[in-house]
Amino acid sequence: MDFNTILQILDSAVRLMTPLLLACLAGLYSERAGVFDIGLEGKMLMAAFTSATVAALTGNVWLGLCAGIIGSLMLSLVHGLASITFRGNQLISGVAINFLAAGLTVLLGQKIFGLGGRTPTLNPGAELEALTTPFRDWLSGIVGPDLAVTLTTMPRFTEIRLPFADALRDVPVIGPIYAELISDHSILVYVAFLCVPATWWLLNRTRFGLRLRAVGENPAAVDTAGVSVTRLRYAAVGICGVLCGLAGAYLATGLSAGFVKDMTAGRGFIALAALIFAKWRPWGALGATFLFGLLEAIANRYPNLELGPITIPSMFMNALPYILTVIILAGFVGRAIPPRAGGEPYVKER
Amino acid sequence: MDKMPKWVDVILTPVISLLLAAAISALVILAIGESPWEALKTMVTGALGSSYGWGFTLYYTTNFIFTGLAVAVAYHAALFNIGGEGQAGLGGLGVALVCLFIPWPHWTLALLGAMLGAAAFGAAWAYIPAILQAKRGSHIVITTIMFNFIAAALLNWALVRWLRPVGSMDPASANFPPSTHLPKISDIFARFGIEWGTHTPANVTFLIALLACVAVWLLIWRTRLGYEIRAFGKSETAARYAGISPVRITVITMLISGGLAGLMAINNVMGEAERLVLNSVEGAGFIGIAVALMGRNHPVGVLLAALLFGFLYQGGGELALWTSIPRELIIVIQALVILFTGALDNMVRMPLERFFTARRLRNRA
Amino acid sequence: MNDTVTKAGGPDSAPQSIPPAIELRGISKAFGPVQANRNIDLTVQKGTIHGIIGENGAGKSTLMSILYGFYKPDSGEILIDGKPIQITDSMTAIRAGIGMVFQHFKLVRNFTVLENIILGAEDGPLLRPSLARARKRLRELAEEYELQVDPDEAIEELSVGHQQRVEILKALYRQADILILDEPTGVLTPAEADHLFRILNGLRDEGKTIILITHKLREIMEITDNVSVMRRGEMVASVRTAETTPEELAELMVGRKVLLEVDKTPAQPGKPILEVRDLRMIDIDKVERLRGISFDIRAGEIVGIAGVSGNGQTQLLEILGGFPEKGAKISGEVMMNGQPLALNGRGSDAAERRERGIGHVPEDRQDEGLIMDFPAWENVSFGYHNAPEYSNGIFMDCAAIRADAEGKFQRFDVRPPNPELAARNFSGGNQQKIVVAREVERNPDLLLIGQPTRGVDIGAIEFIHKRIVELRDAGKAVLLVSVELDEIMSLSDRVLVMFDGMIMGERDPETTTAGELGLLMAGVTDRDASGRDGITPAHRHPADHPDEPTAKPEGQA
Repeated sequence: MDFNTILQILDSAVRLMTPLLLACLAGLYSERAGVFDIGLEGKMLMAAFTSATVAALTGNVWLGLCAGIIGSLMLSLVHGLASITFRGNQLISGVAINFLAAGLTVLLGQKIFGLGGRTPTLNPGAELEALTTPFRDWLSGIVGPDLAVTLTTMPRFTEIRLPFADALRDVPVIGPIYAELISDHSILVYVAFLCVPATWWLLNRTRFGLRLRAVGENPAAVDTAGVSVTRLRYAAVGICGVLCGLAGAYLATGLSAGFVKDMTAGRGFIALAALIFAKWRPWGALGATFLFGLLEAIANRYPNLELGPITIPSMFMNALPYILTVIILAGFVGRAIPPRAGGEPYVKER
Repeated sequence: MDKMPKWVDVILTPVISLLLAAAISALVILAIGESPWEALKTMVTGALGSSYGWGFTLYYTTNFIFTGLAVAVAYHAALFNIGGEGQAGLGGLGVALVCLFIPWPHWTLALLGAMLGAAAFGAAWAYIPAILQAKRGSHIVITTIMFNFIAAALLNWALVRWLRPVGSMDPASANFPPSTHLPKISDIFARFGIEWGTHTPANVTFLIALLACVAVWLLIWRTRLGYEIRAFGKSETAARYAGISPVRITVITMLISGGLAGLMAINNVMGEAERLVLNSVEGAGFIGIAVALMGRNHPVGVLLAALLFGFLYQGGGELALWTSIPRELIIVIQALVILFTGALDNMVRMPLERFFTARRLRNRA
Repeated sequence: MNDTVTKAGGPDSAPQSIPPAIELRGISKAFGPVQANRNIDLTVQKGTIHGIIGENGAGKSTLMSILYGFYKPDSGEILIDGKPIQITDSMTAIRAGIGMVFQHFKLVRNFTVLENIILGAEDGPLLRPSLARARKRLRELAEEYELQVDPDEAIEELSVGHQQRVEILKALYRQADILILDEPTGVLTPAEADHLFRILNGLRDEGKTIILITHKLREIMEITDNVSVMRRGEMVASVRTAETTPEELAELMVGRKVLLEVDKTPAQPGKPILEVRDLRMIDIDKVERLRGISFDIRAGEIVGIAGVSGNGQTQLLEILGGFPEKGAKISGEVMMNGQPLALNGRGSDAAERRERGIGHVPEDRQDEGLIMDFPAWENVSFGYHNAPEYSNGIFMDCAAIRADAEGKFQRFDVRPPNPELAARNFSGGNQQKIVVAREVERNPDLLLIGQPTRGVDIGAIEFIHKRIVELRDAGKAVLLVSVELDEIMSLSDRVLVMFDGMIMGERDPETTTAGELGLLMAGVTDRDASGRDGITPAHRHPADHPDEPTAKPEGQA
């Protein structure tokens, strides 16, 4: 394996880890506030669908992103109602949300596009052209035809070339790392990476973070201090929805061009696994999702990884994140202790 | 005092939840521009209007009884077994190995062997999460989810690299020998000269599923083990006080649960496909969650809920065939049922409790 | 910040024109069919310590929860400083100057003291300034009121007494003028309790108003200025403490003269049934809960274990009953009827204990002794479900269990006499009767019984005490653990006192006094009592220094 191959694999790992990282941080907010969320998968899927749909109908990926966030937030609201307001079982609610998303996306997709549950490919072309025309006509009445065309021909996130990427390309080692690995990603990749220190800061340095962590450890302490447990938990579930929205939107409008049925393919659960791996900490989330992204990148590149006499089938690589998580859960490698009040609806008591 | 009369708890609450789920499903159908009434008619005709429909409905029902019972048994021990999908998949592998590699003289013997294989493989797949929960405190919901994915990878590997016949491109095992083919219910009727459900997959496994309901009822409410399972499910400290070993009960309950989920394979793998294909479970493991929730973890409730979902599945297939409503409508309905009977249970229950408490206070006054 | 300026002084110096700190008028609250508070009136004068006393379930905690905005009263009016106020949530209560120290602390265990103090009372969206201010204020408060505690220590590292200080500091940091303490001494050693009382006196002298909820008469007499008595959801009396007697209060609490004297003949001890030698237990947090316990119980005697809760009694009962905490390390030797009892691994579980003739009425009947959702008849076989008369090994004999339940209900006068009802539908006393019936009627050689009358009404107390004495008179051994000193003194034939995981000494209940037992319960043995004022060793909580015993039992150098 030469340097270039390694760079390519790492580059691919960065792309693949981005939805995992966003979803993992989403789960982090929710679970640190004491609301378990196994519905990350469903929220991502819903966001992927709504973002791709709106991007296809408007030709504008930013509107798509907003739609993705809204789609995910709707399911967050359901989860909040079930697990906060009505004190239901958070795990069951999560299961329901996953199915709701799996069913609704195909149902609505078929109704809107008639393509068997997928959206059109988000590349400028005849197919998209026809779909976006009504919106473009409407928009040109407001902002003028030229701007309207610009705004409706950006159906997916493109890669951003960072400053000096081309200039530095030929510098040995650092050059390719900067140009290949660090530069040339969609904006959401950078957003995801920035979310890590931001989350750390928010949790550890702000009033909101203190209260959020407290409500996941002992909601009674927060309640008796005169702070609303309900509002805090809704806020956490809401942030979770926004981040899942980003993750889903990235999947459908960044990583690939358009939505296909069940496109999350278990990523929500890998994110959940990464969260456990990370012991519910933001920097840990970065490490864990990078590891799982790397595994996926390797499995994609080498369907049969040959290590000397042993051939490792790709299925094993795909299952590795889950296997590793089970090992972590079993406590053989560093015990993962979840937030103390996690999974329990808060009921006031004397 | 109990807050509500028993019938409200056992019958009225799930019925209201179900109606809510149905109402929202109807709205969804309206939203995609179809008529809910027409959809319902298509479903009823397709699933229950002919012996052909019934043949499929009962086939699906059989699957769901097994996975529903699996979730229900675990639930009595306060364990949420979300791994039915993986356990049923492994059960399929067990059935395939038993059918392919052992020469069976007659289907009855093959069925017994396959049941053992299915239950053993399903139970084995539940064993690891169980032992991890019991001994290391790893959350069983998370481990069983992980095991679903590991099972999918394992089955994928087994079918692509191992059981796939030479020369076949299809990731599936070879066809099982004819001596292992189970009699269809249509065959049984045909013996008596009645034409019923020809070319439908419902088979003798349905009767085994009914027996399983009885067995689970006896287990939970009549045996010492069931008593221990229920006590442990209500309070672990109390169980330890009473000399009931949490480790033993967790492991045994999950073995039974995994075994029941695995048993589903004698229906879909042995009874219907007669070979092991990729993704043979088709989500039945997850439907088991909805079935158990709706059936209040009681075998009779599970049977009724499984019948309802069998109807939904067959009806949903018919919908996709005759209307432009995709099959996925069923997944939405399933999600809504889980949501209302499981997660939003209190939304229905709290007003009812208030109503009945107020009424009792009034009566007393 | 000027919460210490107003010096209202003691109750006597308060002029009549100052409105009372708290006035409740006609407060009522029902939970479903249960009337927890019925038309309560209460006036608490500024700058006083006001005791509220009543038995468990009398409605004290509900009343205070209403005052703190946890529950909305069905009717009635609250006045703070003479002004009517609607307390809809805890925030309103805090703003009105009310601080509450709950029986179960509301602290975040893995947060530091400082983080707990500022939680909900931060100065702004960023933490740093809040933490700095809290640190400074904490130092001032510590000096003012003897409330020293390390601000950077995590709560889980602190002793119970220190955690309670954090709760008080939380209230003071929020500038509370009215401090409510709910059963504050239940978890404290006598020395810690004394320290708490000194703090409370200091706070009163600064003009704070304090409401002390308790069911302990001694505390009321010792520290309060006024006392109100609650019984079955009603306020039955409010008097000046100086003008009443413990006897009068006790009578008001229970509604009739208390007869705690148990009718029993002197014990006739036979052969040793249980021999415990050097029993030690270290829990999962590496805290040594039992430090070398040795004692015997003979046939035909009741041995009582006195002590403040949390000094190892629970662990002792759980080990003997066969269900110690998970992850605990246990060593030592226990003989039952002359045969060794396994303490670890195989054969050390509760089922085995029952086969060896040990019955057990656990301390916590709701979470241990009964399955609250099971019908009563199923609870009658609980723990004995392996017995041949209830089960053939595979199936349960439901008819036999039901019949047995009917009989037990009759003999123990359980009401309502309907074994089909779920256990949770019975009152505390009747639940306890079900447990006692189950354990006593198995005729065990040794009965372990913890807090037999906690939350049990007087009638049932007498009944349960009689059954225990009958068992003794039938030549059985009884190990009684109770935090109620009166119960220990009147029921036991010998009293052992536990402190900090050790047995400090043994006394004859006929000749000892409550004062003498109280000293032992505080970890003071006769030898070191003279020099050191009686309370010193207990100042330091064992959890702070798990390695070094803070006190030595009698007879040890």
